[in-house]
Amino acid sequence: MPQPALTVAHLVKTFATGEGVLRVLDDVSLQLDAGQSLALTGESGSGKSTLLHICAGLEPADSGQVHVAGQAVTGASDSARAALRRGAVGLIFQQFNLIPSLTVGGNLAFQARLAGRHDPAQVSALAHRLGLEALLTRYPEQLSGGQQQRVAVGRCLAARPALVLADEPTGNLDEATGDAVLDLLLEVAADAGAALLLVTHSPRLAARCGARIHLRAGRLEAP
Amino acid sequence: MTRAALGALFGHWRRSPLQLVMLLAGLALATALWSGVQALNSEARSAYARAASLLGEAELARLEATAGGGVALEDFAALRRAGWQVSPVLEGRAELGGQRVTVLGIDPLSAPPQGAAGTALAVADPVAFLRAPWLGFAHPQTVSELSDPGFEILPSAAVPVGTVMVDIGLAQTLLGGLARPDRLLIHPDQPATLPPLSEIAPGLQRIDPGAEDDLAALTGSFHLNLTAFGLLSFAVGLFIVHSAVGLAFEQRRTMLRTLRALGLPLRRLVGLMAAELLVLALLAGLVGLALGYAVAAALLPDVAASLRGLYGAPVPGTLRFDPLWALAGLGMALGGALLAGGQSLWQMWRMPVLAPAQPRAWAVASARTLRWQGAAAVALAGVALALALTGEGLVAGFILLGALLLSAALAVPPVLAGIVALAGRGARGPLAQWVWADARQQLPRLQLALMALMLALAANIGVSTMVGSFRATFIGWLDQRLVAEAYVTARDEAEAAALRAFLKPRVEAILPVWRAEATVAGHPALVYGTRDHASYRDHWPLLAAGADPWDRLAEGRGVLVNEQLARRADLWPGAEVDLPAAGRFQVVGVYSDYGNPRGQVMLGLDQFVQAYPDAPRLQHALRLPVAEVPALLAEVQDRFAIPSTLMSDQASAKALSLTIFERTFAVTRALNVLTLSVAALALFATLATLSGMRLVQLAPLWALGLTRRRLAVLDAARTLALAALTALLALPVGVLLAQVLLAVINVQAFGWRLPLMLFPGDWARLIGWALLASAAAALLPALRLARSAPGDLLRGFSAER
Repeated sequence: MPQPALTVAHLVKTFATGEGVLRVLDDVSLQLDAGQSLALTGESGSGKSTLLHICAGLEPADSGQVHVAGQAVTGASDSARAALRRGAVGLIFQQFNLIPSLTVGGNLAFQARLAGRHDPAQVSALAHRLGLEALLTRYPEQLSGGQQQRVAVGRCLAARPALVLADEPTGNLDEATGDAVLDLLLEVAADAGAALLLVTHSPRLAARCGARIHLRAGRLEAP
Repeated sequence: MTRAALGALFGHWRRSPLQLVMLLAGLALATALWSGVQALNSEARSAYARAASLLGEAELARLEATAGGGVALEDFAALRRAGWQVSPVLEGRAELGGQRVTVLGIDPLSAPPQGAAGTALAVADPVAFLRAPWLGFAHPQTVSELSDPGFEILPSAAVPVGTVMVDIGLAQTLLGGLARPDRLLIHPDQPATLPPLSEIAPGLQRIDPGAEDDLAALTGSFHLNLTAFGLLSFAVGLFIVHSAVGLAFEQRRTMLRTLRALGLPLRRLVGLMAAELLVLALLAGLVGLALGYAVAAALLPDVAASLRGLYGAPVPGTLRFDPLWALAGLGMALGGALLAGGQSLWQMWRMPVLAPAQPRAWAVASARTLRWQGAAAVALAGVALALALTGEGLVAGFILLGALLLSAALAVPPVLAGIVALAGRGARGPLAQWVWADARQQLPRLQLALMALMLALAANIGVSTMVGSFRATFIGWLDQRLVAEAYVTARDEAEAAALRAFLKPRVEAILPVWRAEATVAGHPALVYGTRDHASYRDHWPLLAAGADPWDRLAEGRGVLVNEQLARRADLWPGAEVDLPAAGRFQVVGVYSDYGNPRGQVMLGLDQFVQAYPDAPRLQHALRLPVAEVPALLAEVQDRFAIPSTLMSDQASAKALSLTIFERTFAVTRALNVLTLSVAALALFATLATLSGMRLVQLAPLWALGLTRRRLAVLDAARTLALAALTALLALPVGVLLAQVLLAVINVQAFGWRLPLMLFPGDWARLIGWALLASAAAALLPALRLARSAPGDLLRGFSAER
């Protein structure tokens, strides 16, 4: 039986504030299998991004467990979590976060090369599919927002991750461009068999995922 | 509105205290090094002015013997009888009270009223000044240094340091008994009708004030060297200021755009930013002045010793505060700050209200800037080459030096960009490719610090190579030149004759060191009578020679001249030269004569004695087995009671020469170390300021699976790689600089050219220190990155870059 792409069990995360302890995530549990897409919605400050960061091993949890493709994220060392991000997780951010010193071609291949899974033919095919073929020698600052986010999607999927974590990937784009980018993301992730956890404010975008959950005051509830 | 805007502007410095400290430190250090050097120069120049004002010589014309050797008593008497109002002056160096001092003999009854000497004389009994048991005047510092001079010396601030002013009669005794007045000062008030000088004393010439090389002119090159170093240090310091102001502007770009969007007029905003810069410059300037005063006070004893040793210049070892110097230093700080911050103010002036908040488009702006820098570097290199081929004079030499350094500094970013691009193409792994690509992207922000590092390193390599070459040549030259085993100077001619008779059976050879002052080919020079001896034939270092130079010198058919005189008067082998009173001679050789600013001529001993019968014949070099030197000197002392200060052995003479040499370059070395420290600080300041921005740039890589520690190591390695490449670029520039210093600046400033020697060990050590300083500068930002909390990095994902 294949491992789930993501398992979150009884996750708790608190932050100390001037007014006391804020419970950002309160006993959160979920599971995501390979090829599935899940939209995570919620108000600002509801803990969506924190949950995503903990799943990626970017932030520690107070308690609970997270496993990605069967590997423990919580409790793992800094280097083990970094290795997990290189190999099993793909991250897409609202701010694109491309590497400004590398060309589009360099950015597309970068994570795959870090993971030791670089396949030039696959990167070429991705570039073609994402409409980036003519832009391979340009630098990120020379691209529009939509183009930059398509590069971010390509960079993430070229490494063939088990899990794609996307944090408001269309938040900086206009509606038409955002829709086009999301279409590509859903298509390419599904074709690659990767699970997708999409954080978004937009019910319209959330409706396009296979499943949907809502986070309110740190607790999961049905949308 | 203004208050609110000021609050917003200053808020940046509150949030970036390190950046503020670096800006202030850069400007303070630049001001300190510049004003420190200026304080040294100003102190020395005022000492020269005091020396000149003692007898009012800055305003008075004088008479000197055309042939040198002093003014004959008959000429003086003839002038007085004819109605000429002249006053004799005798000046020379002598041992007094355990110190070597300048003895200044004057005639108080005829001394012109222009000088400050009268001020000193007014406080004492004039009769006591004129006769035994004698009375003299000296600077309080000199008085305290003299132990038992043999007569009373009163302190007077009017007398320069290191000089003792006495009656001319006493001066003659102190200077060897037969010394003649070396000049006659001409009173400004003369009778209406005077017989012309040519009729009464044809052997004398009139010299108008300022017409000839005086002390200030003689030491001018020394001070120009110091000024050049001060300017270099100032420029390196301004790199820090430019870098800090530029980065602050970039970081505040969003806020500035917002302020304008909220209705703050552009003119007001630029005015406020300029005012902010000036306030900071004023603060830093004041700190810089205090530091500069401390630097000057620390270096002045060495500078004073160098000037005394090299030129006999009377410079005191203590510093005075001059308000004009302080104002000039503050002016430099303010001007430097405006120069360094001008680009940012100009950018602000031209920035549209709706300009993008992101920094300039890197790929476009960087390529354009690199092209511009490359073109400017090539143009300046062309200027340097043209000056090297056709330029003449010290100022042209320094412009050549400036063009060379500026060209090299401007070439650093394009050359580094090229190397980094090549390295990136050759890199295999994704991380190696990223490191090189990132290094290229960081270049525009790091370039000023790297240029400062290149300038400081090149200056260090150049100056240390020059000093090393000079030192090695000088030591080799001393070994050749100081061939005699002992040197003895008698106090008067009778004692000298007795001494020669005493020494003759006890030594292998007595070589007279007899000299007379003369004007040779329009230049002041010393003519030496030279005995024909193997000591000269086998050891004297000749730079150029015709056929049989020593035979022709011994036969009275030629003279040898030192390099300084050869270069100044174009007197090379084959040329002919007129020696006053001695006749016309062919130059048969040119010898090196390091450490001596004046021209010299070696004339056969017989011709010398004939031409200069009144020249003192007191000093002698002795050849004898080294083991016998202590016994002989002890015997001379017992027999003649000659003070030990008038006798020396070879080792002492060499040690003294080397001490003067080392002190001469102590200041240069100190300024070198300070300049390198400022450059290291520039690198640290830039990296520390950038480290906050770097977190945002490195956060995506962390998210893609690189640990913070690895990123920190890569970041530090990138900085070190850039510093190492810069250091390698500095090496050829430094060697070229040394060649310019040795072959152009030294020739123009001192009159001698030295061979270039290479010191790879010294360079490796220097580059090692520079890399260590760069590693230290890179360590703090790297540690900050390695220890950064995940939250800090996560904030990077939403920040504007």
